[in-house]
Amino acid sequence: MADLYSQLMRMPVTSTVGKKIGLPQPVELARGSSEVGGRVLLGGAGRVAEAAARVLKAMGADSATALDDPVRESAARAGLDAAVFNPEAPADQKFRALVFDATGIVDSAGLVELQRFFYPTVGRLQRSGRVVVLGDGRRALEGFTRSLGKEVGPRGVTVNLVHVDEGAEDQLAPTLRFLLTPRSAYVSGQVIQVGSGSERPVAGRTALVTGGSRGIGAAIADVLEREGATVVRLDLKDADVELDITAPEAPEVLAERFADGLDILVHNAGVTKDRTLAKMPEDRWQSLMEVNLLAPERLTDALLPVLRDDGRIVCVSSMAAIAGNAGQTNYATSKAGLIDLVTGLSLERGITANAVAPGFIETAMTAAMPVGVREVGRRLNSLRQGGLPVDVAETVAWLAGSGVDRNVVRVCGQSLLGA
Amino acid sequence: MNTRRVAIVGGNRIPFARSNGPYAHASDQDMLTATLDGLVERFGLEGVRLDEVVAGAVLKHSRDRDLTREAVLGSKLAPDTPAYDIQRACGTGLETVIAVANKIALGQIDVGIAGGVDTASDAPIAVNEDLRQVLLDLNRAKSLPSRARTLTRLRPGQVVPEVPQNSEPRTGLSMGEHTALMAKEWGVTRAEQDELAAQSHQRMAAAYERGFFGDLITPYLGLERDQNLRPDSSVEKLAKLKPVFGGADGTMTAGNSTPLSDGASSVLLASEEWAKERGLPILAYFADAQTAAVDHVHKGEGLLMAPAYALPKLLDRAGIGFGDVDLFEIHEAFAAQVAATLRAWRDPVFARERLSQDAPLGEIPSEKLNVNGGSLAAGHPFAATGGRIVASLAKALDERGSGRGVISICAAGGQGVVAILEK
Repeated sequence: MADLYSQLMRMPVTSTVGKKIGLPQPVELARGSSEVGGRVLLGGAGRVAEAAARVLKAMGADSATALDDPVRESAARAGLDAAVFNPEAPADQKFRALVFDATGIVDSAGLVELQRFFYPTVGRLQRSGRVVVLGDGRRALEGFTRSLGKEVGPRGVTVNLVHVDEGAEDQLAPTLRFLLTPRSAYVSGQVIQVGSGSERPVAGRTALVTGGSRGIGAAIADVLEREGATVVRLDLKDADVELDITAPEAPEVLAERFADGLDILVHNAGVTKDRTLAKMPEDRWQSLMEVNLLAPERLTDALLPVLRDDGRIVCVSSMAAIAGNAGQTNYATSKAGLIDLVTGLSLERGITANAVAPGFIETAMTAAMPVGVREVGRRLNSLRQGGLPVDVAETVAWLAGSGVDRNVVRVCGQSLLGA
Repeated sequence: MNTRRVAIVGGNRIPFARSNGPYAHASDQDMLTATLDGLVERFGLEGVRLDEVVAGAVLKHSRDRDLTREAVLGSKLAPDTPAYDIQRACGTGLETVIAVANKIALGQIDVGIAGGVDTASDAPIAVNEDLRQVLLDLNRAKSLPSRARTLTRLRPGQVVPEVPQNSEPRTGLSMGEHTALMAKEWGVTRAEQDELAAQSHQRMAAAYERGFFGDLITPYLGLERDQNLRPDSSVEKLAKLKPVFGGADGTMTAGNSTPLSDGASSVLLASEEWAKERGLPILAYFADAQTAAVDHVHKGEGLLMAPAYALPKLLDRAGIGFGDVDLFEIHEAFAAQVAATLRAWRDPVFARERLSQDAPLGEIPSEKLNVNGGSLAAGHPFAATGGRIVASLAKALDERGSGRGVISICAAGGQGVVAILEK
């Protein structure tokens, strides 16, 4: 479901003209598959390489490493049957993904290893390719991945950085799987922190998705169902539970409905009531705040006691919450408030809380925008196109299954707006 | 089981020639006979009845079904010396050594000659397969009318002869093309292949200079040295050659691949007692051997990678590692084959995934590898290569005074033969 501009840029005549005058040429992003879809090159020798090799082995991914690279020891220990890559030898080796363990970089002088690994390989990345750098909190890596993402994004390639806590190497699997497959199509330029929380597959769990009857919420419910969860869709109408979440009795009704337990709580319901602040009366401000932030806070309080061990809370925030947007002071405040909700919760029993922050997603909401604003919104990101509801949904499903905690992950194609 | 040590007394070969060169009109039997006679002369075996002569050839005429026995009958050995042929592609030469050595070790024989010969010039061209079927049917036909009917099946196209192919029957790829795939798989560069080739020529030239081959070679048909040897070979000169395998960006050239060659070799093996009774030297002992094969047909493994599997097995049985080996003789079918094999042996992933071993065998230092040159310099008359290497390595170990050497030979059909010699 490519937008009109993308369709034009894929047609012979218009695409030639477009190229000549330097218009962006969006590629069709690969989506849906849970397989990498090509060869993965693993490099860098640190404490995470062996864990990464084990993930590749478990995925059955076609893998390679450079010959005589210490990473081959890690690959061997992980039982990964990695092919040999020698950039010096003529070979038409292309890669779908590059994974670099940067935890072996111990000082700034070692940062040259980034150049050494990526220089001969970045040009061999296929469309919709993946770059994942595994780090240990070093900020320099962020500058690298965010810049590389802007260089390769127009080819549909995403670049993400995963900081892995010491001792949490074995928890890398769900995150690396997500980032290497087409499921992370619209996630780029992100920094993800992997801690000691363990994976808890979504299959067989019970999930509540607010605003679940249409748009992004419906996509989230669909993907969680695809992954084997029992999903309760909550919305004003056409839903399993038809309820106004701002109603005073809503918390109590839901606590009763899930008295037997709930595993995954997705705060997706939200509205926009745009107006510049000078024209924003209190009721316009507050009615939005009720839906977007205050109700989620109350529902969280009410449902936390029935949330089972290893429960998952995922809030759908927004790029506007991070970058700010004229005319959306109310909306951005509420959506940024959801990030406070996530980070401020005191959690135990293996329960995690995370947020996704969608950028420009092709929905009924964005379809209603004026053409000019919409076109600009779509193109102002490394991937040169808008995302789809399913891109947000896949990200939510990953957060609902993995053990990562207190992460805010943008699904924005590495938007030029916001940090 | 009690076995005896097997002594390598010495060897003899004729210089190897490029195909359609000086030996263009010499047959396998001619060359093998001349080689046996050289060995007879060197060790005073004229008229001696040996216990066994075993040899073979890869390209054989149908008339050569008992090639070795016929060569013995034409040689100066006693005519009542028994002989037989064996064949395992380019592993044939080493396989004949194993066959003789095993009988000596078991006490079944005391002395024997192992050898091999091949000609790419005097190739066994056969009649067209269609024509052959017609001729056979003609032979079977009983009556005149049915013979006449059979003759109507003759077609002009049937004059095209059946020529032996240098390709794998089950893949249709030539050995060079298979090796190009291995080079790609292992990321072998042109530069390292050319380096191996230049080194092979330079080392063999140096060995000739110091007279190393003086008692290993007998001149034949005017040739005194291996015709393919280019003492002035260098990386720079080799770098100018165009690729012949692996397409336009291929790395394999006529310079870093062995040429089609003609030649023969032989090795005299005996029990220690036999050698000592006759006052003959013992250059080294034949210790053990191993073969392996890869599935290049269904699993797409490298055609010439079998030695990479065979050698670890052999070393395991001997309870030794690379550190315990002083000299390595790896048959240089193609420089890329050697490079890929060396890579496999130092690769932890190959060790774990293919060999089920915790650690790779390790690096082979250049100063231990093919120290007197290899097939890239000498040429490679298929079945004659094993005998050349066994005799040269035995002599190199004898020069050292002590030590251990291993031999690794790859062969068509995805096979490999390896052996250990000791002094």
